[in-house]
Amino acid sequence: MKDKIRIASGQGFWGDLPEAPVQQVTNGDVDYLVMDYLAEVTMSILQKQKNKNPNLGYARDLPELMKKILPICLKKNIKVITNGGGVNPADCADEILKHAVDLGIEKLKIAVVLGDDIHDRLDELVEAGAELNNMETGESIKSVKHKILSANVYFGAMPIVEALRNGADIVITGRTTDTGLTLAPMIYEFDWDEKDYDLMAAGTVAGHILECGAQSTGGNFLGDWQSIENMAEIGFPIAEAFPNGEVIITKHENTGGKVSYETVAEQLIYEIGDPTDYITPDCVADFTSIKLEDLGNDKVKVYSVKGKPETEFYKVSCSYEDGYSAVGSLTYSWPQALSKAKAADMILRKRLENLGLQFDEIRTEFIGYNATHESLAKVIDEDDINEIVLRVAVRSHDRDAVKRFGQEIAPLILTGPPSVTGFAGGRPKPSDVVAYWPALIPKKYVTPKVKCLELA
Amino acid sequence: MMRIKLIDIAHGRSGDKGDAANIGIIAYDDKGYEIIKKHLTAEKVKKHFAGICKGNVDRYELPNIRALNFMLHNTLGGGGTVSLKHDAQGKTLAAALLRMELEV
Repeated sequence: MKDKIRIASGQGFWGDLPEAPVQQVTNGDVDYLVMDYLAEVTMSILQKQKNKNPNLGYARDLPELMKKILPICLKKNIKVITNGGGVNPADCADEILKHAVDLGIEKLKIAVVLGDDIHDRLDELVEAGAELNNMETGESIKSVKHKILSANVYFGAMPIVEALRNGADIVITGRTTDTGLTLAPMIYEFDWDEKDYDLMAAGTVAGHILECGAQSTGGNFLGDWQSIENMAEIGFPIAEAFPNGEVIITKHENTGGKVSYETVAEQLIYEIGDPTDYITPDCVADFTSIKLEDLGNDKVKVYSVKGKPETEFYKVSCSYEDGYSAVGSLTYSWPQALSKAKAADMILRKRLENLGLQFDEIRTEFIGYNATHESLAKVIDEDDINEIVLRVAVRSHDRDAVKRFGQEIAPLILTGPPSVTGFAGGRPKPSDVVAYWPALIPKKYVTPKVKCLELA
Repeated sequence: MMRIKLIDIAHGRSGDKGDAANIGIIAYDDKGYEIIKKHLTAEKVKKHFAGICKGNVDRYELPNIRALNFMLHNTLGGGGTVSLKHDAQGKTLAAALLRMELEV
């Protein structure tokens, strides 16, 4: 058994720094590269791509990235774990295998975790007694079932552990929890008992710190952000894990950013609810038990984490179509920039009303004044501010109404208040609104499957 | 009685959970934590975000990292891609809370 493993985070979301995973495997020694690609909105985008082309539905830049880093990973024996398989992990793995063949690689094992996609099984599952009621509102899924675009169960670490035990060099999953990607190699390497909930919680907390990439190494840091050096070359986090559950969060030497008590603490409280009840498929972690110790030199020790048994449910995330939206903007300059923007908004609303268009919501924001802090924004001098961006967004179940809104923005330039610019890129077009349906499903209804592809 | 700017004694981060926003506020030191623990109540946060937060505010304590976590329900205009807000994920709400001043 190894006495320590180093797990590197390579992506905090689909669209994160393309160089980050390359840097993580080249700038120093690591044992694992973990990459989180999936946000709720990502699953519906991927499902739409798969509907158009059944061979797609995964993070399309992932096979390209693997082509780039695979030779280094194999040479240095770095295993890659990612949920970038989206709604089609099997084809994603095939594509990576093709690149491996092109590279002349002779020995490679890619494991695919399947079974999380329950879109085609919804009727069967509801009939069998899985209620899938909305866990926030309690509503029955029947009201939206016909509109559902995607439905995926969040698996935890164990299917990945199985893949690693099968000798996988690369593990491609669909909807696996972000935290499971990091916990899995610890269970595998240290032979942890999956019923040892303190250890499960320790690995889960490490996963939470890694899952948003550089948000734990000085990115998006609201403390003394100006003290963060060299953000241009920011190092992504690395979890140095030990068999007793202690973890040191660090980053490669000679990279930018910072790992400190404060940068790690900010990530710990990011997107959590009740801190004593951080629920994953693997355990329930108690974030109030976590101890942090700043060791200096970009090292923070995370220890003393306590956990409780996992629940009997998997979380399910369904997405469904819920109308259309569009956003338009125009920029007004001094003098009276804000007054002009407000007048333009009134003119636009009057025109939409005269047309008799039905919207579920029309929302106006003045960027440069109140778009982020709304009623908390400080009052400004409407006559003297340099410029204001008028941003108007609409949502409707009537696609034509949203389309017509898009045609009413540009005319404001010649038919409204003066010194206005910033209309580029054509008319705002209606885009699909995708809503979420979070639910729980008893674990007995869903079984993860691990499939291996091999070059030998 | 004195007025303390929250931004002088704490930092934080915010994000989304569906239509709810989570705002974590972390004190820079133990003294700061005692102040926020006593004075930064759910009621004050709800009042601060009047007009923005349309639901309840839940408050949780994490004394181990000198932090409080607030869940602001019904705050993000529907959340996800439903929301028409420029900041649909509540990314800037931690900074908005740090605008608060506390009477201590």
